[in-house]
Amino acid sequence: MLDYGLKNRELFPETKSDGTVDIDLSSGKYTKVWQGPNHPGITGNMSLELTLLGDEVMESKTHVGYLHRGFEKLMERRRFINNFPLVCRICVPEPDFNEYCYAAALEELAGVEVPENALWIRTLILEMARLQSYLMWLSGQVGAFGFGIPSQWMLYCRDRVLDMFEELSGARIYHIYMLPGGVRDNLPKGFKAKMRETLNDIVPLLRDYERVVFNNAVFKKRAKGLGYINPDWIEEYGITGPNARGAGVPKDVRKDNPYLKYPELEFLPVTETDSDVYARAHLRWRDVMMSVDLIRQILERTPDEGAFKADLPSMLHWKIPAGETYVNAECTRGEYGYYIVTDGSGYPRRVNVRGPSYTHAVTLAEKMMVNCNIADVAATLVSLHTYPPEVER
Amino acid sequence: MSWKDVLYPFSVWKNILKDPVTIRKPEEREGSSRYRGFHINDLEKCIGCGTCEEICQNAAIDLVPVEGIVAKPGDSGLRPRVDYGRCCWCALCVDICTTNSLGMSNKFRWSVEGENADKAIDREKFGSPDDYLFVIGAENKYWDNSEMGYRKPDNYDLTSPVRVNMDHLSALERQDSFIEMMKGYSKEQAQREADRCVECGICTAACPAHMGIPAYIKAVREDDMEEGLRILYETNPLPEICGRICTHKCETVCSIGNKGEPLSIRWLKRYIADNVPSEKYKEILGTDKIEQNGKKVAIVGSGPSGLSAAHYLAMMGYEVTIFEALPEAGGMMRYGIPEYRLPYDQIDKDVNYILSLGVTLKTNTMVGKEITLEQLKEQYDAVFAGTGLHMGRSTMLENADHKKVLQSIDLLRKIALGEDFYVPEKIVVIGGGNVAMDITRSLARIQRKKYGRVNITATCLEPHGGMLADEEEVVEAREEGATITPAYGPQRIDIVDDENLKGLEVAKCLAIFDKEGRFSPKFDLDDRQFYEADMIVESIGQGADLSYIPKQLNDNIEYSPRRQIVADPDFQVKNQPWLFVGGDIVKGPDVITGISNGHLAAVGIDRYLNKKED
Repeated sequence: MLDYGLKNRELFPETKSDGTVDIDLSSGKYTKVWQGPNHPGITGNMSLELTLLGDEVMESKTHVGYLHRGFEKLMERRRFINNFPLVCRICVPEPDFNEYCYAAALEELAGVEVPENALWIRTLILEMARLQSYLMWLSGQVGAFGFGIPSQWMLYCRDRVLDMFEELSGARIYHIYMLPGGVRDNLPKGFKAKMRETLNDIVPLLRDYERVVFNNAVFKKRAKGLGYINPDWIEEYGITGPNARGAGVPKDVRKDNPYLKYPELEFLPVTETDSDVYARAHLRWRDVMMSVDLIRQILERTPDEGAFKADLPSMLHWKIPAGETYVNAECTRGEYGYYIVTDGSGYPRRVNVRGPSYTHAVTLAEKMMVNCNIADVAATLVSLHTYPPEVER
Repeated sequence: MSWKDVLYPFSVWKNILKDPVTIRKPEEREGSSRYRGFHINDLEKCIGCGTCEEICQNAAIDLVPVEGIVAKPGDSGLRPRVDYGRCCWCALCVDICTTNSLGMSNKFRWSVEGENADKAIDREKFGSPDDYLFVIGAENKYWDNSEMGYRKPDNYDLTSPVRVNMDHLSALERQDSFIEMMKGYSKEQAQREADRCVECGICTAACPAHMGIPAYIKAVREDDMEEGLRILYETNPLPEICGRICTHKCETVCSIGNKGEPLSIRWLKRYIADNVPSEKYKEILGTDKIEQNGKKVAIVGSGPSGLSAAHYLAMMGYEVTIFEALPEAGGMMRYGIPEYRLPYDQIDKDVNYILSLGVTLKTNTMVGKEITLEQLKEQYDAVFAGTGLHMGRSTMLENADHKKVLQSIDLLRKIALGEDFYVPEKIVVIGGGNVAMDITRSLARIQRKKYGRVNITATCLEPHGGMLADEEEVVEAREEGATITPAYGPQRIDIVDDENLKGLEVAKCLAIFDKEGRFSPKFDLDDRQFYEADMIVESIGQGADLSYIPKQLNDNIEYSPRRQIVADPDFQVKNQPWLFVGGDIVKGPDVITGISNGHLAAVGIDRYLNKKED
């Protein structure tokens, strides 16, 4: 029986100067394992093809295509308004960034001025979306390490935020509340009070989470030093969001390219320096607390009455002058952007969705998985916070 | 790593005595007040326009007939049915609903097994996707009366509720001339207005000629005037005329009129016709060369129905001759409508195109005088008569036969013919319809030109808001200096002598019809007014002059209680297969009905002559 332990390095294939290794599968030393598409340790409908030596990953390939729905193409055949129920489905856990980027791009191309109320409500929605998405991630990250209880707490918190989305937009997941020219309506009566109450209810649970997760011997032991992202890779791989901020690079579209009402809000991008799973988890937890603070700031300043939607022609025949634009926003995972080309007709000529998951789940993950223990693959992948539907569009 | 990292995780145990946060029975939780749950629909309010179907990107909605709901003008008789196998709950259907009848309840629980527990044993039935297909509001679902749930918010619309106004001459600019008042849409205005259309087709059903309205409005949107013109001529050979003075039954029923101003369908039609030069008509409409079939049809009267029949018969290859009593073609459109509403050159544009198809026009030829109907019957294969209503109706008051008591229709004809006639300083018009407004505004213009001021009063039985004339006609007449006094009915015409009038006494009208709906005005004789007048114009409706029909033939013609000729759906007169009739003497009265009659009669004549040949 060969000892494939980490200490016995002479059994491992030699890493060449360009970072690759020659793997001879016929040698019998290696094992191929598919993590996904049906596997609890994978973040949705994708899979990793892992080549193992013992329990260490020698090579990882990301396979996508299980969820391809051709959204970008479908959008070319639909009226601008009819794409709203579509774009939100591009990224299931975070539909609002799609709605915002798509609406803002159309407004820019059509030269539409969005009323003040709508800007505030949109900012609120995006922060609520960030909050609920992060909460689900906090749940998933510790879940990947086998922590059931704090995971459930976070899902409960997320459900409370979804309740507020239901209160605001009438739907829990696909809100479709932002439409060209603004939003569907002002905040419902009593919404602000309910939202504050929700925040007050979830903050203690977030504190509990901090106590049992970040001050936890098991979590520290496993997460610290795991999934290291070299700050040098940030530019090269197009890494954005918490994955970049965890490596000490303060990339945040909210600050770098301010949109909506962010310039009027007080906040500083959160950064950490360790660039490992623990640092990213802690960073996201701090981001959640910042989101809570931002929502409180927004609630303070959102007007209750007034125009919430610009006057636009009939949406059935809305034509947008020829042009192209790129609109981006900071979602929970990094830079989210829409590149739209219009040709003067009632349909977009081309839509390209730039999601952070593609870079993170394909190029970055393939690099990071090498030399990772099979038991840590799930946690490492989760720590990148990727959503397969958005990889595929 | 410290002792904290070992102890802190145990703090989760503090929750052991707390109640769980999960809901045990999901049905106990109610959807929020804006929840986008199962659809609701107010079937009374809904008009089945199908805009919900149009905007639904999942094709989850289709329109189906529903028991107890019948089609009528402004209502397709259909109602939306939704398929919850396709619906994505985006609520765009609710947002675009033209009547605000559609909404969503806050209910989200519907299981077939629960409702039809006994039937659920049949697994095949249970598994059918049709189980979740339902006609909204018509199937007595438990959420039908739900007060909560998503409704279209106020001040929020996916269509524009406001009409694009057409530039027009101000009262000061137009009050002393017969220059056309409405200036027409610019391209930008027309396209903006055309954008408002939801393409429901409710208008097409209501239009007597069933014009392809959504299609030609689409042509405006796409700036394809040629296609627009082709669509117009499919059903209406008088687009310049109809684009100006049509009674627009389409706009009355226009679905977006339910929550805003209806679309300016009439102005858009005018926009198309205005923007195609007449010399290009034949090329665009493909009528350069029409194969003749050698058969001849005579048409009596060159009004809308006659011209329409002539156009469609000429298109089918018939040799058509129109006999017109007056010096120019157009009938009531030329001799009954003032120039400021319908300029003569626009009538000429439409008429000349029809004549260019090979139609012969014989003006100053009165059938019954210069040529008899019998002669036409012998010389032609078929005859179409659309002679219109050219005789004014009298109030039958005492002294109504006085020299200075005149008929509006006669005066309008005189104005059109350019004849000089007596226009005094003080005039009273009896009547509140569009013709009364036409004569009031025309005479006001002449008065202003002649005397520098206006003194004309129009009085009618109908109260303000219920007047037969279009609202804008009344407003514009007042802007031009005329006095309109609704709800006053004529009582007595006072005369000085055989030559001169004193004036008209009127009394407040309390009711026009009796309980059975018959015309029987009731007056409050304590509330009387006296209008001094040198001339009184009666404008209370018109009748047909059918003296050209020989007595023997006339005896065989059936008349309706309203003195209109009864004809079959092909507008063929009963027992007189060679004679077809149309226009105001059969239906209406209005231009678009005449056009429709003319078209149908042309098809009827073609059918009759082909049958005869067989």
